[in-house]
Amino acid sequence: MHDTQPATLAVPLAATSDFESESTTAPIAHVSAPTPASPIVEPVATVQSLPKTRGRSIVVTSGKGGVGKTTTTANLGIALAQRGASVVLIDADVGLRNLDLVLGLESRVRYHVLDVLEDTVELEDALVHDKRVPKLHLLAAAQTREKDDVRTEAMLALVERLRTLYDYVLIDCPAGIETGFKNAVVGADEAIIVCTPEVSAVRDADRVVGLLGNRIDVKLIVNRLRPALVRKGKMLSVDDVNSILRLPLLGVVADEAEVIVSTNRGEPVALVETSRTGEAYRVIAARIAGDDVAAPQVVEEQTFFGKLGGMFGGRRA
Amino acid sequence: MIDWLAKMFKPQTSSATAKERLRLVLLSDHLSLAPEVIEALRLDLIAVISKYVEVDESSCDVTFERQDSAIAMLANIPILSMKRPPQPPAPRPPMRREEATPSEHAGASIALTDAEASIAPPTIEVPQSTQPASVVISATQPTISSQPGPAPQPKRRRRRKPSPTVQPAPAQ
Repeated sequence: MHDTQPATLAVPLAATSDFESESTTAPIAHVSAPTPASPIVEPVATVQSLPKTRGRSIVVTSGKGGVGKTTTTANLGIALAQRGASVVLIDADVGLRNLDLVLGLESRVRYHVLDVLEDTVELEDALVHDKRVPKLHLLAAAQTREKDDVRTEAMLALVERLRTLYDYVLIDCPAGIETGFKNAVVGADEAIIVCTPEVSAVRDADRVVGLLGNRIDVKLIVNRLRPALVRKGKMLSVDDVNSILRLPLLGVVADEAEVIVSTNRGEPVALVETSRTGEAYRVIAARIAGDDVAAPQVVEEQTFFGKLGGMFGGRRA
Repeated sequence: MIDWLAKMFKPQTSSATAKERLRLVLLSDHLSLAPEVIEALRLDLIAVISKYVEVDESSCDVTFERQDSAIAMLANIPILSMKRPPQPPAPRPPMRREEATPSEHAGASIALTDAEASIAPPTIEVPQSTQPASVVISATQPTISSQPGPAPQPKRRRRRKPSPTVQPAPAQ
């Protein structure tokens, strides 16, 4: 007598007993459904699941402090992410972190870059997701550590790893030209120099351009321009600055009160549709992405009295 | 003085002042950051000057000095002796004739008086320790360039006929 084994159907794992009784049409002989050991699927990259080419790494630097690197990094990151690219921002200013503050994400920071570099936490846990801008992530700096605690090779490895996961890696560089600067620059292929139209800023920017060398593709943003002062000859013009630095110009951003207000609130101007400064950052982001658009320039606004004077033949603003 | 007058009548905007200051400060920054360029410049200078005079290469020295509105390059090059260069010709001193023998002068690139022509070519001996001759080259706008004038062209003089007093007595 043959012992025929009862036919077993290959049933889906989620099958219930009801399903089993309904699906019997023709018995399938001798099919033993393998019970797959349910694998714990390691998320390869929960932020970016498709294999892709390497993202771009751009360091935002200046030499001089206080010219607007952090504000520029935050706003450009938002603008690029709003265009659909995946962006990670790294705050490389160990000990004096501000990128989280400018972005308004300071309350959401749990872990920082040094935690990741020292393998205390997983990268995924340290990344802060911006609820306002879905594709923007932040890796904050350590506040209670120092720049010398970061090893340059470790920073390079981290940036390389992030480049496999994101379209853009923007690194907010600290002021100065010492260890913090070297660590911020090591992983970058491109650099944006932020410079205000002042003698100290231009001199420091010139030094930084010399330090960045030939390996890195350097471009310029002139920040905090005040066109009324330029017209009166009291402030260096964009041409003055760039005749000295001689860099490709990404754009010019005006000195506007709305930027200060936005930092106060933790709502970068790039989030605001109607903001003029936000628009400048959006255009610069488009240029970074390769769009063929003109660099945003700053034109002096004609005030009412300016227009009145113009009517009577006075000098136009 | 002229600068002060110029400032009185044409006040410079502060942005123009800033631009000029930046130009000079960046120039001196770049110079101090490029010692290999200065070394190459020093060697080239020595090579050029060595064509005309013999120099003490080990004591040659090139420095940059910040003056009021310019950066000047100062080259201190001790000179040991003159060389007789094949070219360019040195400026001719005015010819003085007492006894004319044009044949003695033929072919000489430097016109000398007869008295001088009869002795060996002079060498100017300058002991190094007492009188090093220095070359000072200063640069103003807009880049550093040495300011030696072009070599003075020798004046062309027509050979004068010998004066009657020195004509050899016609054979009679």
